[in-house]
Amino acid sequence: MDLKPGSRWKSAVCDAEFVVVRPPKAPVSLECGGHQVIPHADARPGDLVLSDAHAAGSAAGKRYTDAETGLEALCSKAGAGSLSVDGRAIGAAEAKKLPSSD
Amino acid sequence: MHTALLLDMAADAAPDRLALGRRADGLTFHVARRRARAGAAWLAGQGGETVAFLGLNGPALPTALFAAGLLARPFAPLNYRLPDADLNKLLARTTPSVAIVDDDMTGRLQPHPGVTVVTRSAFEAACAAEPPDELPWAEPDIAVLLFTSGTTGEPKAAILRHSNLTSYVISTVEFLGAEEDEAALVSVPPYHVAGISAVLTGVYGGRRIVHLEAFTPEAWVEAAAAEGITHAMVVPTMLGRILDILEARGESLPSMRALSYGGGRMPLPVIERALNLLPHVDFVNAYGLTETSSTIAVLGPDDHRMALYSDDEAVKRRLGSVGKPLPALELEIRGPDGEVLGPNQSGEIYVRGEQVSGEYTSKKVIGADGWFATNDGGFMDEDGYLFVEGRLDDVIVRGGENMSPGEIEDVLREHPGVADVAVLGLPDNEWGEKVAAVVVAKDAPPAADELAAWVKARLRSSKTPEVWAFREALPYNDTGKLLRRQLKAEMSAPAAAA
Repeated sequence: MDLKPGSRWKSAVCDAEFVVVRPPKAPVSLECGGHQVIPHADARPGDLVLSDAHAAGSAAGKRYTDAETGLEALCSKAGAGSLSVDGRAIGAAEAKKLPSSD
Repeated sequence: MHTALLLDMAADAAPDRLALGRRADGLTFHVARRRARAGAAWLAGQGGETVAFLGLNGPALPTALFAAGLLARPFAPLNYRLPDADLNKLLARTTPSVAIVDDDMTGRLQPHPGVTVVTRSAFEAACAAEPPDELPWAEPDIAVLLFTSGTTGEPKAAILRHSNLTSYVISTVEFLGAEEDEAALVSVPPYHVAGISAVLTGVYGGRRIVHLEAFTPEAWVEAAAAEGITHAMVVPTMLGRILDILEARGESLPSMRALSYGGGRMPLPVIERALNLLPHVDFVNAYGLTETSSTIAVLGPDDHRMALYSDDEAVKRRLGSVGKPLPALELEIRGPDGEVLGPNQSGEIYVRGEQVSGEYTSKKVIGADGWFATNDGGFMDEDGYLFVEGRLDDVIVRGGENMSPGEIEDVLREHPGVADVAVLGLPDNEWGEKVAAVVVAKDAPPAADELAAWVKARLRSSKTPEVWAFREALPYNDTGKLLRRQLKAEMSAPAAAA
């Protein structure tokens, strides 16, 4: 899968949607809810189920990062599944609170 | 990533929250998205590539910005304060384009081949239509074209890409981080980078945006009260005029939580007065450039308060700094040979990061390694606070010594008889340049000797102006930038030399 910056993906098993903010250094599989994410424009297959091991949820506006490969994805729509890279669960980056300046 | 996705996310997560306009009749995020999508579908049928925008602030601005973004067409807001001839020149440079123009401004435009003019009312009527389910997909590229103020010549068109703007927004703003009752008053004009970034960060943060059509201090204070405004961004000249109104009326902006300022050098007396008059307000100094998608450094509320109350000179002087660089950026001070300088050494400010475009339609001024030379001079202190000394073109070189006009201006502004001041270099046969000061007095003009002694006592004698002039007012453009070059030309004319 070509996880280029700006590309949009969605979970195959829940409502979650993602945008790639930073690509991985080497090709990887990005999964949500235990199944590889699918291109944003594609229809969800009906036969897959959310894996209990990857059901911690994804929150809109959170940025999820994989320290190992540098992959960073912004969750653009919330869902029940959580992200993993090649089967490894990845977490949300610590948000740095900045005073609003605009 | 499309800028329109920022609106999409907010509309999905908080459809019923108010996004744009007044409490009484504002638009929710759901409606704001519908209008942008309907507007995009309509614009797609108008031909052209660029979407030019000529008009006052209002809900049509975000709608048009997102509609253009949805079509991946560049959005080019134009400065309606320009003389007609200059305005028409800029409009001609947007071709092929469709231009959304305030109804009462269409008469100022000449016909240009390749430019389709539509009125703002026609655009807004189209936005009320049922939006299509699908819009054609277009790869995002240039999001916004901003014409620089052109104080140095022909305006350049700065390019801000979708990737620059969205990375700025998602790295600095917490998604829907605003409380439901928060509202931002936007009074910087649409053709200023802060007018664009205010829309994008406001939407992503979930903060209602209230536009002031055009700034007057009275209208600003009244809108702040009527709409329960909690946040606003102003340029330094605006803040000074707002404080005058508040003092005259004995008001204190009770609902305001945070005021940010930027877009020019803030005189210390003005910010000190603001901190004392509005102790409940968090002040934020934001430094940025058009070419960097707005803010690159911020001085936060705690730093402001500490600087005001501290006895430590190093902490006190931070009130004159722009704070620390944003964490998502790299920032360096470099010397004339490109070497990176240490703390308290003045050089040119360089910046690198995803929000930095450093690009114009005419040329790219960003290095292959991603570093952008800002053309601003400055230094950092031991703790990483950035001090901006002004445009490098404005630096006065007297007998081989570099002097920043801002430093001398700051000292003169502290004088009780000085209301405003500009310092600049004039040609000099002996020293190359000599220091000149143009002073706006508060009442009766102070004696030049007295002002010279004032500067000499606080700086060095080489920094003491040799030429003094007194004026009723200084020339500023409408976003508060001093027209130093114009002043310099006037002062260099033989009649002014006496």
